Order: sequence, then C-alpha cells, then structure tokens
Amino acid sequence: MIEVRSVRKHFAGVRALDGVSLSLHAGEVHALVGENGAGKSTLIKIITGVYRPDGGELHYRGEPVAFARPRDAQAAGISTIYQEVNLVPLRSVAANLFLGREPVNRFGLIDYRRMHRDAHEMLTRYGIAADVRGRLGELGLGVQQMIAVARALSTEARVVIMDEPTSSLEPREVDLLLGVVAMLRERRVAVLYVTHKLDEVFRACDRVTVLRDGRVAHSGPVAGTTRLRLVATMLGRDIDEVRRHGATTFGDEQRDATGAPLLHAEGLSRRPLLDDVSVDVHAGEVVGLAGLLGSGRTETAKAVFGADPVDAGSIKVGGRRARRWSPAAAIRAGLGMVPEDRKAEGLIADLSVRDNIVLAALPRLTVAGFLSERRQAELVDTFVKRLRIKISHPGQKVRELSGGNQQKVLLARMLCLHPKVLILDEPTRGIDVGAKAEIQALIDELAGLGLGVLLISSELEEVVEGADRVLVLRDGAVVGTFRGDQVSEDRIMRTIATAAEDDDD
Amino acid sequence: MTDLRTALPPRTEVVAFLQVAGVYLAIAALLVFNLVFTPNFATVTNLRLQLVQVAPVAIVAIGMALVIASEGIDLSVGATMAITAALLPLYLGYGVWVAIVISLAAGLLVGLVNGSLIAFAGMQPIIATLGLLVAGRGLALVFAEGRLTEIFDPTLNTLGNSAVLGVPISVLLALVITVAAGVAVHRTAFGRRLLATGGNRAAATLAGLPVKRTLVTVYVLSGLLAATAGLLTTARQGASDPSFVGLLIELSAITAVVVGGTPLSGGRVRILGTLMGALLMQLITATVIQQNLPDSAARMIQASIIVAAVYLQRGRGAS
Repeated sequence: MIEVRSVRKHFAGVRALDGVSLSLHAGEVHALVGENGAGKSTLIKIITGVYRPDGGELHYRGEPVAFARPRDAQAAGISTIYQEVNLVPLRSVAANLFLGREPVNRFGLIDYRRMHRDAHEMLTRYGIAADVRGRLGELGLGVQQMIAVARALSTEARVVIMDEPTSSLEPREVDLLLGVVAMLRERRVAVLYVTHKLDEVFRACDRVTVLRDGRVAHSGPVAGTTRLRLVATMLGRDIDEVRRHGATTFGDEQRDATGAPLLHAEGLSRRPLLDDVSVDVHAGEVVGLAGLLGSGRTETAKAVFGADPVDAGSIKVGGRRARRWSPAAAIRAGLGMVPEDRKAEGLIADLSVRDNIVLAALPRLTVAGFLSERRQAELVDTFVKRLRIKISHPGQKVRELSGGNQQKVLLARMLCLHPKVLILDEPTRGIDVGAKAEIQALIDELAGLGLGVLLISSELEEVVEGADRVLVLRDGAVVGTFRGDQVSEDRIMRTIATAAEDDDD
Repeated sequence: MTDLRTALPPRTEVVAFLQVAGVYLAIAALLVFNLVFTPNFATVTNLRLQLVQVAPVAIVAIGMALVIASEGIDLSVGATMAITAALLPLYLGYGVWVAIVISLAAGLLVGLVNGSLIAFAGMQPIIATLGLLVAGRGLALVFAEGRLTEIFDPTLNTLGNSAVLGVPISVLLALVITVAAGVAVHRTAFGRRLLATGGNRAAATLAGLPVKRTLVTVYVLSGLLAATAGLLTTARQGASDPSFVGLLIELSAITAVVVGGTPLSGGRVRILGTLMGALLMQLITATVIQQNLPDSAARMIQASIIVAAVYLQRGRGAS
C-alpha cells in the first residue's frame, strides 16, 4: 500500500530521519516502535503530508506521491488518528462524527435525524456505548478517543495511521480499540500502529519496525521476535543486560517501613469521587496506588497534595497536622507532586527549561525579590546532570523537549525542594523506554535515600515491581492492601475484579 | 521556482522575525517617511510634543501588558484615570501631595477590587473590569459633580509641563516605569510568577505559587499606573475633566500591547515592545494629521496594523 524509500529529513541541522524505508501492506497491522525522538512522529508526518522529505521517495499504491497537505493524504484514503483527541468538546457526539461533512436535506440544511441515525449506527458497529446527542466533552477521555477513531474510519480509508491511540484508554477500552484494529485488518485496510506499549505490539500487530536515532534498527514479523529483543533493540542495548535487570529498572531489595509515617492521610472523602481513603507513607517506602481509571487514584493524590478540596479527612506530614491545606502549604510541609497531565497541569510551555525547574523554588533563589542568576544556574545545572535531562541549553523552551525529558524537568522542579514525600501520578506515561527506565531507577534511588514515595501507575507491572506496599482502589475506596511478597499483578487484578462482583449483589 | 523558494527564508522564520522586530521596523519606516515628506517634522518642538502626548498611553499600556501577561485584561483603566482626575481638585485644599497620594490610592483601590473579583471570586477579567469601566467614570462624575474644574497649582503645573535636561517629566516617568517593569518581569520572582500564572494557571498552583496574590498584585499595578497617567494628563491640561480624560484609552493601551508583540493568550510579555507599540500608534496619528489627511484615515491605518499584529501572533500559536 505505502512504501517509504530511504527517506531523509533534517530539522535545523539535526537529523530526524536518515534513510528510513518501510513498507505497509493491505490487511497488515504494522507496529512502529522506538524511543521518543527516534523519528516516529516525523515519519508519520512525512507520510501524511505535514512535512516534505529532504530526500527519498514515498510510494502509494505503486505510484510515487508527494502530498502537499494533510488534506491531500486524507482525500487519497490515508486517515490519521492522533494521540490527542482533536474534536469539539462542546458539540454533540453526532456533530463531531460528521464534522465538515454533515448530511443535508433538499433545502441545504443539516438533516439532524439522518445524522443521529447514522451516528448511532456507526458507534454500534464499533461497540461504543454513547448518546449521539450528548455533548462530547461530557464523555470520558477513552470514549472520546474511540469516537475519534470511529470518525477517522468513517471516511473510506485504505490506510489508517494510529499514533499512540491507547495512551489515554482504560484496559477495557484498549480491548475495544484492538478489536477495531482487527476488524480493519479483515477489511484489508493497512494499519500503521505507533505505540510505546509492547503488549499491544504482540497482541495486535503482524509486523514491527523499530526506529532508533532516525534509522530503522529492526524490521520483521512480530512472530519472529521477543519482547526482550524489542526492548534491547529500541534501547540499543545488549539483550543479556536487559535480561539481567528485568523489564523495569526497580531494584529487588525490600525496604522495611518502621516508625511513624512521614505522611499520614486519614479518612479523605469527597463525594462522589473519594470515600474514606487513608494512606500512610513511611520514610524510604514506595507506596503504590493501583486501580482502574476513575477509581480515585488521581483524586487521592490531589486531595493529599491540597489541589482538590475534601469534604472530610485529615492530613499530617511529619506528625504535624496542617490547617489550611493547599499545594503551597503542602510544599512547605515537605510534599511534592508531579501531576498526571504534564501539559495541562505541569509545564509552563512558554517558559524555558530553567524557569520551569526553579519555579517552585523561587523564594529560595531570590535576594530582596530579585532572582539570583548564579543560584538558579547552579540549581538547574545540578538537576540537569543528576536526572540526565537532554537539553541544548537551560534557556531552551520546555515545549521543545521530548515527553521523557519534560517529565524529568517536572521531577527536578519538585526534587529541588528536597521534599520528604513525593507523589508521582503516572510518572512514566507516554514517555520512551529509556527515560522510563531512568525514572524508575530514580524512584528506587530516592526511596533508598529515605524519601517516601506515593506512586500511581496504570501499568500494574510498574506498581508491582516498584512499590513496597500497594493499595488497591475502586470507586474511590480502598478495597485491598498488599505488602512485600504478597504484591503481585495477579492478586491486584483479582482484588479489582472481585470487588466489582461484590458490588453487583 | 524551486530556486526562489529555497532562496527565501522559511515562512515561519519570517513571521517569528516580524513578531519581534515588526514594531521597530514600522517605527523606523514612519520616521524615514516623515523626515522626507513632512515639513517641520524633525524639530525639537514637534518631537517633544509627540512624546508628551504618548506618555500617558505608554504608562497605561505597560500596566495593561502586565495584566495581559497574566492571561487577563483590564478595561477599567480609563475610568480609573477619570476617578483620579476627579479626586485631585477635591483634595488640593489639604496640600498638593495629599491630593496626589489620595488619587493614586484610588487607583490602587480600583486595582484591588478588580484583582479580588478575579482572583478570589473567580470572575472573568473582561467582565470584572467592564463593571468598573462603566461604574468608575460614573463615580468620577459624581465626585466632580459632572463639571470640568480648572486647576491652578504650581506643583502640578511643573509635573505636567516642565522638563529635566530638555526631557518632559511625564516622558521621563514613562521611561522609568518601562525600565522598572522590564526589570520586574525578567529579574524578579514576581515576574516569573506572573508569567507562570499567565502561561498555565493550574500548573502554577500545583507548583505552590501564590497565584491569587500575583493576580491581585498585577491589577493593583495596573490601577496605580492608570492613576499615574490620569494625574499626568490632568496636570498637563491644568484642568480636571472626568468626562473625557482617558476616554477609550483601554483600547489604545491594548493596541499598544498587541502591536508590541505580546500575545493576548498570556504567559509572554514584551515591555519595550509595548512602549514602542504606543509610540507607533502616536506616530501614525501625527503623520496623518501633518499630512492633512482626515482623522478617519489614521483610524483605518491603526486598525490594519492591529489586524496584522494579531495575525502574526496567530502564526506562532499555530506552528
């Protein structure tokens, strides 16, 4: 269907793609994996006409093509589903599905009845349960993403490119999406599936291409490779080394939590999101919060950090109870939080890497209200080195960094406050394998130095290997606690599932 | 064709360059035009007149730039000037400095009300300050009993009409305020908090920044600067004219900010650009008048420049 031949692309002297070739056949699901900055996005943008290659050729259905604009690629039958939902939240589901191509009646007015009927049909076909007349913005992010998929597929596409389509989906929705992918394969559509999740590569894809530093590091059938080999290829590491250290970089040693807890949150309630949640975090302990999306993980984190109000509950840090609780008060008391949504709640995109790192530490870097350039530079230098943040210079805009490096900037912002307890909400979501490993190793190291960590992750593997103790949440309540050897993916999943069954009685 | 395309710098770079340097280029072009075509343009009297006329707008615009950097807007600046003008003659009896302090305090109070409505009551800046735009001038007219009052005070006269080393005091003050605002934005913790709050309020809150205090501060500064501008204008005119002082100045100030390269979306600000933006608008008006074109021509030229400036910024937002 599509053949990319030795494509090259440079940005301001930086090589993004260097002789990349890739062929995509009808009825094939082709996984494209690689670390952030490996060139996946650039490659997609060249195929869809956003960028023009500096060299090489693009063939579509046997003919050399050069799409001048994304719209041309779309008209030719190449549909793209982006990581972030690009729809209008205030309009109805049906209106979004038919945005720009609404059915009209003979007076040239929109035929709402037909639009709603067709929309309903479309959603049923993909197994999405949503009211087509309801506002899109009122639906969960996962359902919105599915609707974006349905929209992309409703145009008769021969090629579908999915750029990390599952990054905001719950496991159940991921199943649904992969079902749609299988349906596309049956219809002889060619699918290019970009992902960070190796799970999905093995579940849904036929072939896999690994990009590293703008070159193809591996390309072949999925059946002929292993998870370990893919990870090793992506990282450019020796396979035995990866095997020795495990899939995550958390250490094995158990840390014993003794003495008074650093953080003691009791009876946090906020109707209807949180119901009597209590969390303790001791020095040197990593406490994991597991549960499905919407189970109250993020809500717990935000309540503890003072970012959301609570109806009831008390929070003590270092044995001291705080009265007026807010993020500023939490930070003064020795808490730090890296929020789940990097872009919306973490980064100040227009500011530089330096300004983003020192943001929370400003009071300590000023002399009579004036910022000390020297102290800022020292602090930034220390953390850029320590966390190995890849930047060209501290004045670089933070928006230009890859997801992994942005996440490290946010970590640095909190770490430079020397917190007693660090709350990490999805610290490795949507970042490349290398940065993920580094952040996991860092969490381990920090706990080893006596920091308490509250770790939230939707990847069970991460919670299981990273945490000393795991609280399982469901519907805003703690439904199970595991410690030490009891912690296993299987037990956690069964707790979530069992609790769900009890509820049906 | 291909050669032509490669010979030109990429479009985005041109846009980025114009965003930064556009206002300076436009001023340079107008200066050259006037030097060539306008008789008596390059005289000390004329240049000084232009600067004196632009000073109040520039001072208000600097305050506006700070507010816009916080992702807000302050429509009440003109009304604040009117309140200042109305209060001055009322308190002159207690001494000129008392009157000055009271009128500045009124500006501070207006800012405090605006800032509190926005930071604590969570009102949208455009609505909160629109209230005072309407109510403020009404209040000023009540204070002044709807009259224009002539003021004969040597101190105010000096403030409005004297010069130090040939530079009018109001112009000097505008320059000092510009420099101070520039230093505040780039070198102080307040500036960093302001840009963070305007750039991403949720993130600033989660980083433990005093977001509400920052918002109140920025509206208080805007109120104080508007009061200063009202004071200077009244002093220069030698009369308190609450019906007309600062009328529509909020629009001139917003124009200066935008033309100077500050986006309305918050989180970024160009202080010197704002000063230049005010200067550019003044030069356009002056050029049109001195070329004997109708006043409406000046407005249309200004309108096109605003549209062009906003268009250029849109380019960066989209890329």
